[in-house]
Amino acid sequence: MTRPRKLARWFVALVVLHCVVAGAGFFAPYDPDEQDRERPYLPPMRIHVMDAQHRLHLRPFFYPLRLREGSFDQYEQDTTSAVPLHFFIRGAAYRLLGFVPSRLHVFGASGARICLLGSDAYGRDQLSRILYGGQVSLLAGLLGAGITLFLGALIGMAAGYYGGWRDELLMRAAELFLALPWLYLLFALRAFLPLAVSPLEAFLLIVVVIGMVGWARPARLVRGVVLSVKERDFVRAARGFGASDLYLLRRHILPETASVLLTQAAILVPQFVLAEMTLSFLGLGVPEPMSSWGNLLASLQQYSVLVSYWWMYLPALAIVPFFLGYLGLASALQERTGAYKIDENSSWSPT
Amino acid sequence: MRYFLRRTLHALFLLFGVSLLTFLFSALTPGSYFDEMRLNPQISRETVAALRAQFQLDRPLPIRYAHWLNAVAHGKLGFSFAYNSPVGPLLWVRARNTLLLTVTATLSAWLLALPLGVWSASRFGRAPDRILSWATATLLVVPDLVLALGLLILAVRTGWFPTGGLVSFGFETMSPLYKIRDLASHMALPVTALVLATLPMLVRHVRASVAEVLQAPFLRAAAGHGIPQGKLLYGYALRAAANPLISLFGFSVGTLLSGSLLVEVILSWPGLGPLLIEAILARDLYVVIGGVLLSMVFLVGGNLFADVLLYWADPRIRTAASAK
Repeated sequence: MTRPRKLARWFVALVVLHCVVAGAGFFAPYDPDEQDRERPYLPPMRIHVMDAQHRLHLRPFFYPLRLREGSFDQYEQDTTSAVPLHFFIRGAAYRLLGFVPSRLHVFGASGARICLLGSDAYGRDQLSRILYGGQVSLLAGLLGAGITLFLGALIGMAAGYYGGWRDELLMRAAELFLALPWLYLLFALRAFLPLAVSPLEAFLLIVVVIGMVGWARPARLVRGVVLSVKERDFVRAARGFGASDLYLLRRHILPETASVLLTQAAILVPQFVLAEMTLSFLGLGVPEPMSSWGNLLASLQQYSVLVSYWWMYLPALAIVPFFLGYLGLASALQERTGAYKIDENSSWSPT
Repeated sequence: MRYFLRRTLHALFLLFGVSLLTFLFSALTPGSYFDEMRLNPQISRETVAALRAQFQLDRPLPIRYAHWLNAVAHGKLGFSFAYNSPVGPLLWVRARNTLLLTVTATLSAWLLALPLGVWSASRFGRAPDRILSWATATLLVVPDLVLALGLLILAVRTGWFPTGGLVSFGFETMSPLYKIRDLASHMALPVTALVLATLPMLVRHVRASVAEVLQAPFLRAAAGHGIPQGKLLYGYALRAAANPLISLFGFSVGTLLSGSLLVEVILSWPGLGPLLIEAILARDLYVVIGGVLLSMVFLVGGNLFADVLLYWADPRIRTAASAK
């Protein structure tokens, strides 16, 4: 496959994945906060086309679950009443992308709840929570990467363009940030920020913390590009015509760094989504009742959940297709712009 | 000799920078360990103020930093509020466990990655190489958090491995052989998680650099001379490809430390990770700073070791160093 097509393929796959998460309201059958305390920890339900009497149904259906007698968390299928699955059904109200009010869901059922991926301790539908949680996690990753790239481009351009002691100082600082194991750095930053905050504040806090951790690598890469570009003829010509520093940086140098920044973005976004997951998993990130991929996994820290309710692990797998997509995109971009050597990864490349 | 001196100085500079950085960040911290005491009506204001003075939280930052440096020089690394003891001994016990885990994981990962990578490179583009590439790509898209949790669930549901802790109850009474077996079975899960998390990256780099070297004329000549395949690959090609791999080794120490932090927390290994999380939640300032700094010491140690290896492996560096 040719390179542009490879790039386009990964890009389209990622756009589709993001659209599914962005349109969580439509793809999720229920509101993520809707509880069903009568039935906690429902296991994932099966969709059937063949019923208990071996009759084929045209419309897929499921059997609602009922508590097994004498048990508080063991369920069995109630094969007496098949509940048909409906597509494009009207259900809980939501706002698509936060604006468009709608009640339409891609699938659902009336009469009984369908939890394809099971439900949690409060009987909240896991599939809906994973989809809505993805919005939080992905947004944190995207915004964090945005901040990082902004900082990285700014610092890299300043260091590369002005040179001298500024370059020396900034690059020493970059070395420091690159040398620290990133998770320790993330924790250290988080440690020094307030703990008890509202979900929205916590989210913004996380985004800022994540965004401040990774600026060093893009800054070094951008600096390298700037160093070579600023000696090119068109830049020197523009300077000769009396262009200001700011104009040169914005108009001639910034566009040249675009491919480096794009590649870095493809590498950073999944890392930062994972960073959000890690922080929230450990209780340092987005708190309940807001769901994120990280805090959906937090219940796995209880032994009883680990032993009895394996489906609580399913949110962890949600990130895997995104990782795959971004990895493919990053390698396609790298192939296009000429591969970077691994030396760029080594924090301490021997000189 | 001057080469090592320069690297060590560089390392010390990095450590100093990190300590200064963490201290500066800590100065921006809203709240402290004693905030909850202040809310307690049974504890008088004077007591809290006295405690703050005792831990010198009422002093300006530069003085606190100087005091802390003094404490570091005495091996105490400051004082933990929550444990009411010097941070140094507290950290060392945990650090030993972290080291045990990371050193084992590093060794196993490299011992697996080298033959796998070389084998893959020697069959570049053919079926075994492509299968291995797919395998590493699959592992690469599974983040360590997902991997560790998956292993934990597997262990809990099958009961193949003990989950959590360093040793079983009653470790003291076991015979030496059983002690080793017990420790190994407890280490199996975290080490597996760490190895699986770092292995794909290592294998890919080994494969890439060996494959590049295999194109070189001197290796074709060596093959033409009838030197056996095994000696060719491990004696000649790997030696020539070692340079970037040793740099990668230094880098992989940092990744492994980050990974180990997470794996320790998830799989309840009593290392630095769980201690650090508790300290963050309790606002136990000096434990956090000490933990970050200690991880940095490990990292710098790993990098210095990589430098020594590089010096040994690459004659160019030796001659450049002695020429100065």
